[in-house]
Amino acid sequence: MLSYTIIIVAICICIALILNLWRLLQGPTASDRILALDTMYINAIALILLYGIHVKSALYFEAAVLIAMLGFVSTAALCKYLLRGDIIE
Amino acid sequence: MKLFPMPFHSLLLFVVWLLLNNSISAGHIVLATFFAITIPWLVTGMRDEHPKILKPWLAIRYVLMVMKDILTANVEVALLIVGPVKKLKPGFVAIPIDVDSDLGITILASTVSLTPGTVSAEVSKDRAWLYVHSLHLENEAELIESVKQRYERPIKEIFGC
Amino acid sequence: MPFYLEIIICVSLLTGGAFLLIGSYGLVRLPDIYMRLHSPTKASTLGITGVLVASMIFQSHLKGFLSIQELLITLFLLITAPVAANMIAKTALHFRTKPIDKTQGQELMETIRDRKSTKPPHTPR
Repeated sequence: MLSYTIIIVAICICIALILNLWRLLQGPTASDRILALDTMYINAIALILLYGIHVKSALYFEAAVLIAMLGFVSTAALCKYLLRGDIIE
Repeated sequence: MKLFPMPFHSLLLFVVWLLLNNSISAGHIVLATFFAITIPWLVTGMRDEHPKILKPWLAIRYVLMVMKDILTANVEVALLIVGPVKKLKPGFVAIPIDVDSDLGITILASTVSLTPGTVSAEVSKDRAWLYVHSLHLENEAELIESVKQRYERPIKEIFGC
Repeated sequence: MPFYLEIIICVSLLTGGAFLLIGSYGLVRLPDIYMRLHSPTKASTLGITGVLVASMIFQSHLKGFLSIQELLITLFLLITAPVAANMIAKTALHFRTKPIDKTQGQELMETIRDRKSTKPPHTPR
């Protein structure tokens, strides 16, 4: 039962990633694209953890932590750049 | 010089180190204690003054209440998103706030972003107004009242300002 | 793996997946940037929490001891999601992005952008 659930949830997350990609390419303003990237990294964390459950390994946790931290920092840096034209003032 | 200049942060560092390594072996406990003492000792000169938590039990109750609100608010927002878009009435609202410490305003703004159908957009320079965007705004006065009563009052009590 | 654990993991995985999908669906569906902000900050946060809880239970069963390190990611995302949303809202306001026409309180936008104080539209207590 678990293996079927993993496939279903993986399909859900892949559809979510495709929708995010559409917003990333479509997005009328730069802020839309940043928002799409922000959502994309959250979905990527979910996908990696799901893969970790699938292959019964705990190693993928580290990758998830790294994506979470770098994703937030990149969102903050992009917004800061658009707001002030500079990342570190 | 004090051994623990920032006791809460020391505890946080200790717990996070053990969680990251996912073990409670003796070696990791020694290493975590080492970090919990040295890192606050190194950075204590670089930080601004923060108000102290006066009522820790109220703080814990506040966190639990926010967790519950996050759950209900998430389901509400999910239903709004899936439901008809034409019926949504978005709007900007200015909420007058009385909390004046940086930490208090940050916590209030984050709570407002996470809980009901609102996202905090900006704080005015004189710290008197919190501007939020609401996904479905039916009654402005009611929203302001609920934010003030439900979230701002406990924060004011916790930090005593 | 005992059957009840499998049920719990499946339920929380499915809830998480459904909320993640709803969050991204809202990102595509809602009409303007300020409304789109709501869906990833709220729905996706709950979605990722569901997946993380499932992962936590599964890894605990696999290793034979309580493994709560996944809570670290949940906590981190709960702290950072509102900050990211706030910064994106600021960026959108900075570029004077137009909200949809029926948005109430549009006259506030310039005040918000300049971080000025406003007069209350209702009588202060």
